[in-house]
Amino acid sequence: MQTEGYRDHPVRSYVLTGGRAHPTRNTLRPETLLRAADDGGRDLPATAGRHERAVLELCQGTLALAELAAYLRLPVSLVTVLVSDLVDAGTLVIRSTAAHDLPGTDLLEEVLDGLRNL
Amino acid sequence: MGSATSEDARHLSADVDRSVKVLVVGAYGVGKTTLIDAVSEIPMLRTEEQITTASVGVDPRRGAKDTTTVAMDFGRVTLGASTALYLFGTPGQRRFWDLWAGLADGAVGVLVLVDTRRLEDSFEVLDQLEEHSRLPVAVVVNQFPDSPRHPDPEVRRALDLPPETPVVSGDVRERPHAVAALVALVEHALRRQGAGSVAA
Repeated sequence: MQTEGYRDHPVRSYVLTGGRAHPTRNTLRPETLLRAADDGGRDLPATAGRHERAVLELCQGTLALAELAAYLRLPVSLVTVLVSDLVDAGTLVIRSTAAHDLPGTDLLEEVLDGLRNL
Repeated sequence: MGSATSEDARHLSADVDRSVKVLVVGAYGVGKTTLIDAVSEIPMLRTEEQITTASVGVDPRRGAKDTTTVAMDFGRVTLGASTALYLFGTPGQRRFWDLWAGLADGAVGVLVLVDTRRLEDSFEVLDQLEEHSRLPVAVVVNQFPDSPRHPDPEVRRALDLPPETPVVSGDVRERPHAVAALVALVEHALRRQGAGSVAA
């Protein structure tokens, strides 16, 4: 009953995240900055998969969630689940302070200054 | 860790601890990717999401579903010492933004790229933004080498834009033009917050 376009990807994604479609936290956005914890990657549980390890390897420096997805060639939705688990496990930290619904005046003014100085 | 000698050029500076984003929307081929590429400090990145939609009018016994891939191109530029600006290019229709959870949440605003040779392609995008979003919007008229020049007020009238919506024109392949569009958007966002407002 499988159709051509429905063969590989969705099934594989589902397995990668242990069968879950949603992350354990909703503070993650495509622009959320991430970085491996100082001792990140050393204490990965034996169950950690190839992709969890790849996330931590890429996050030896600061990257946004969307960048991780692009470098890993995985959908943002899937990487969000992986990242969420790693943050829960303490091996990955959220580097950017949580954004509010709308960026505040101070932040906007800083962005404006930055743009004018490009 | 620490003083790595072979810094990965993909990484942000260690001082960067804030990120903001702007959405770049517009019809296919209008120059979203070009604008992002003109500003970005990293090579353009792409991420894809698959949407599965139950087919309409298909024999249910086949159980067929259509899988469509929707791509998002994006870039990044570091502003000052501690802030990273991400530019996410996405098809204009709001239903596509919802694919990327949180894409619209917390955005500085939306740059809507238009091509004066096919202004009508922009109507749907602008209508959707007006109806479904409270994000600040700035319209960028991408001046292709062969596109006719229209004065901004004419474009504004044709698109039926609210008077406060900024309209900027330029060749978005040129970094200064792309940056000027972003400046206009952020200024507009600040005015909307009532900061340092100057009558337009």
